[in-house]
Amino acid sequence: MAEDTIVQQAGAPHTAQSDAMQHVERSGAAAQHPTQSDPAAQHAAGSDIASPHTASQHITAEEHHGHLHAPTSQHVAGHHLLQVEGLSIGFTMYDPAQPSFLKARHSFVPVIHDLHVSVHAGEIVAVVGASGSGKTLLANAIMGLFEPNATVEGTIWFDGKEQDADTLAQLRGTHIALVPQSVNYLDPLMKVGKQVRGFARGGRSQRDASVRQEQAAQETTGGSAIARGDVKAQGRTTAQERAAARERQRVLFSRYDLPPGTEDRYPFELSGGMIRRVLLCCALMGGPRVIVADEPTPGLDLELARRALDDLRGFADAGNGVLLITHDIELALVVADRIAVFNNGSVVEETAVANFASPDLLRHPFTRALWHALPEHDFAAGRTV
Amino acid sequence: MLSFIARHFLKFVLLMLAASVVAFVLVGISPIDPVQANVGQAAYLNMSPEKQAQLHEYWGTTTPLWERYTHWFSSMLHGDLGTSLRFNAPVTQVIATRSINSLTLMAAAWVISGILGFALGVVAGANKGRLIDRAVKAYCFVLASTPTFWLALVFLMVFAVWLGWFPLGFSVPIGVAASEVTVLDALHHVVLPALTLSVVGVANIALHTREKTIDILQSDFIRFAHTRGESPRSALLHHGLRNLALPALTLQFASLSEIFGGSVLVEQVFSYPGLGQAAVTAGLGGDAALLVGITLVSAAFVFGGNLIANVLYGVIDPRMRKKTLAEKVEASHV
Repeated sequence: MAEDTIVQQAGAPHTAQSDAMQHVERSGAAAQHPTQSDPAAQHAAGSDIASPHTASQHITAEEHHGHLHAPTSQHVAGHHLLQVEGLSIGFTMYDPAQPSFLKARHSFVPVIHDLHVSVHAGEIVAVVGASGSGKTLLANAIMGLFEPNATVEGTIWFDGKEQDADTLAQLRGTHIALVPQSVNYLDPLMKVGKQVRGFARGGRSQRDASVRQEQAAQETTGGSAIARGDVKAQGRTTAQERAAARERQRVLFSRYDLPPGTEDRYPFELSGGMIRRVLLCCALMGGPRVIVADEPTPGLDLELARRALDDLRGFADAGNGVLLITHDIELALVVADRIAVFNNGSVVEETAVANFASPDLLRHPFTRALWHALPEHDFAAGRTV
Repeated sequence: MLSFIARHFLKFVLLMLAASVVAFVLVGISPIDPVQANVGQAAYLNMSPEKQAQLHEYWGTTTPLWERYTHWFSSMLHGDLGTSLRFNAPVTQVIATRSINSLTLMAAAWVISGILGFALGVVAGANKGRLIDRAVKAYCFVLASTPTFWLALVFLMVFAVWLGWFPLGFSVPIGVAASEVTVLDALHHVVLPALTLSVVGVANIALHTREKTIDILQSDFIRFAHTRGESPRSALLHHGLRNLALPALTLQFASLSEIFGGSVLVEQVFSYPGLGQAAVTAGLGGDAALLVGITLVSAAFVFGGNLIANVLYGVIDPRMRKKTLAEKVEASHV
């Protein structure tokens, strides 16, 4: 049986290396990678790649870690909120080119290779790439979700700490949350209120999250009822804690204009817009610092999508980070602060939205081609690049 | 609601009609001569032709099939299902006494196979590819390809003959007055046939549940639950079982027909005096009235099972419940 013979490698590759020296060495090694032939990588190799940031804020032009910054990009405590370095994901599968299924050997198919992307506090970073190019794999890797036949390599830092598969799993929901794209991500047989409240056992991280959320809420909504969120929660088991979760869910619902009766409804009874807000409430329930939004506005036109993403904007403005994964460059240019251009399984250029004002500010040929392909620009010019 | 009842009542009547016609025709064209089958080959040959003719008259083999059917049909409308010539008692009475035995047997098998099958299926599906999954799969594949009667014989040999734990057959002890038979005696006799029937039923339900569990665990909403910090166990408990309940329920009620079919074989092997054994006796003895009666009862039984599954689906699944509500509201506006 195929399922029995597939090599299980998920989880193992996140080798834990936590001290700064290791970080430097690894980054140095990354610079030797074959992709250095492309200009962005060369630039990255030459820049100050590893040392912690001393400045809490960068100006637009200043560059490090191979990316340029936007005015909103902040390095709180001298590091990125979320940093992905040298991420490679591939799958072991039967070689489709073999003449017969019985003789087919395992082959390794790389999908993402040597990908770098960073999310700063206070910004929305859009990873823009074609549909079906493997962007969702990036989201899954950050969420610590791996297919059984996937091989994952690379380093992920969250809030200055290097993560492995286990610690990433602990951050899920409470520190890093996912906003998925469709109603399929909701249990069709459970009322949405109960679903938003969730069943994750609150541990220490949950408490920390509550405290953080409280602070964030005070900043954004002037200390509304969210501040009453149960700071001393010991796990969501007692009636008091359940009541606190219910309270928090109701506050979130009212903040996102979901009518009071919504919590007793099933997902199939809600409109597309309500589903999107419910999914966002799910993500916010655990009080995360980073939201990974995977195509959160499918099928919406630019104006509606921009309005739908206002909520994520507000979340970022409160000092959090958003990694927006989308195929829509126009939407990304409107809502995001920085754009990471995803092509052929890697990020070829990570730059501020402002640099899309002119192709001369863009470094990678693919990004420039992308610029020329935008409707308001000259299509023909793209061919000369 | 009224149209729902009317629609299903009509279906039920048509089903009964079709089942009775088919049963009658099958008995009619059967090569078994009821007279020979019941008096025995030797006795029949030694009989005088007058006696033979008299017996043929008594068993109704001389009247044409359609005439017998119309006669049966008109008395059936008055609630009379005829007389079982083989048991020499009204068909309703034979079915009533036999049903009690069969229902105990089938209910036990149905509940055990349902609960055990569901549990095994969920455990196997949640641990796909691991040792426990392989063990459950191996068990199910072996049992699914085991003939029921063969398994019954094996159980009989092992538990009744070698170990002597359970009686060899029948529903009550031999040589004990009916008034002295205790409930415990009856239970002691039902264990082995019920066990055989459940063990066979488990395989089917476990394999179906396993597939469904794997499907659901790969669904987007389970993955999303994981991203929200739920452990695989919690996601299975809170979102998996909820979504497994509906298909499991359908499966469980659909399995009624299989349990019924299996009971015919099991009752035969264990000489257990239930409906299944009576059906075999009636079929082999050309006892048309009894066979048609049992056919109707079993058809009604399976129909009832499917109807219950249908209704429960509407009650349990919010999508269907609210839809019918909405339709009702819409209908009241028109």
